[in-house]
Amino acid sequence: MSMAFTTERIAAAADPMVPRVARLRRRRRDLNDVWTLVLEMEDGSDLEFAAGQFNMLTAFGVGEVPISISGDPAKAGGGLVHTIRDVGFVSGALARLAPGEAVGVRGPFGVGWPVAEAQGCDVVILAGGLGLAPLRPVIYSLLANRRRYGKVALLYGARGPGEILFRSELEQWRRLLDIELHVTVDHAEGDWHGSVGVVTALLPKADFDPDNTLAMVCGPEIMMRFGVGALRDAGVSGSAIYLSMERSMKCAIGLCGHCQLGPAFVCRDGPVFRHDRLGSLLSAKEI
Amino acid sequence: MEGLERIVREHPFFAGLKEEFCELISGCAKNVRFEAGQYLFHEGQTADQFYLLRSGHVALQMSQPERTFTVQTVGEDEIVGASWLVPPYRWGFDAKALELTRAIAMDAVCLRGKCEGDHDLGYEMMKRFMPVMIQRLQATRLQILDVYGVHN
Repeated sequence: MSMAFTTERIAAAADPMVPRVARLRRRRRDLNDVWTLVLEMEDGSDLEFAAGQFNMLTAFGVGEVPISISGDPAKAGGGLVHTIRDVGFVSGALARLAPGEAVGVRGPFGVGWPVAEAQGCDVVILAGGLGLAPLRPVIYSLLANRRRYGKVALLYGARGPGEILFRSELEQWRRLLDIELHVTVDHAEGDWHGSVGVVTALLPKADFDPDNTLAMVCGPEIMMRFGVGALRDAGVSGSAIYLSMERSMKCAIGLCGHCQLGPAFVCRDGPVFRHDRLGSLLSAKEI
Repeated sequence: MEGLERIVREHPFFAGLKEEFCELISGCAKNVRFEAGQYLFHEGQTADQFYLLRSGHVALQMSQPERTFTVQTVGEDEIVGASWLVPPYRWGFDAKALELTRAIAMDAVCLRGKCEGDHDLGYEMMKRFMPVMIQRLQATRLQILDVYGVHN
């Protein structure tokens, strides 16, 4: 009986539809409505992931949501890091978890950023708002293996000076001499001395060779559309631009169809897509 | 004058401008500098100049009592001001230097006169200003959409 039970548990653990239990180690408030949660798996294991992948997080008794992983993929034992915006019942319940409380984790799922393919290239990271969170693992990876890449430019747009995500890390990265970092905000009051304007306006400031550049873009879809346009105008090929798409993901393994985007399932074939493979889907009003 | 002409010719906004036009517009140009915090112009004033920024940063601002909003910042190699082109030639915002800013100020009355006298020059100026204006209009639309807001 005991043996059967253990076998069942093992089988269940391998089932991508069955959440594993993790516990909140700590949480940090990044912005007014944005929290970073550090989880650890109850069984003590490290959950390996690729930059750009996501997990389905369950607030028990409330529901499940897809959340991208915002931690360092190379940092074993650092905990499983997710950054979430408190906008609904589930994300709100997750944001309000107390240390030690249980969370369900399914994943990691999906196709991540082309970090390996970018080796030898200049890299442009174009992020807007909370879109910096799924790109942070990429930044960690680039910085950890800096000499494998050409010039690296991080261009970040936020709503206002008080809504700049990971601000202390951005300040830290700006001090590095081998990464170019520009930040702009959409709206500011007179006491802000930084840049005001759309994130695409930062592109002409960045130094990169468009013929040998790989760009990674993440943010609200309108921002990504204009970001792609600005990158194309700057000479970067559509086959060198990658985007992280967001759709209503439920099963996370390409079965239920909730996240279908044309011929693709965002959960299984994405969330990171090469722009030229998405084609006109990015600007389609309805699919 | 030779120095000014060279600076005007080398400014990206006038890249590829015909030599004769360059000479013409340089006659309307002068070198200016603004300390951090100094205003290039204020909302409501006559738009009698525009600026080719050479270095520094300028905030385009609108104010109400006790609050000032920065709607855009512009920097090196960019221009400040298009209101000189169209009646009533009046600034619609304040422009404040955020740091030491060096620029070429173009006398708008002088330049408008030259554009009236030589429509080829006028068309050339329009071709250079329109993309900047369209770009800024498009950027403003995106800012109004508030794409990073909670409901987006």
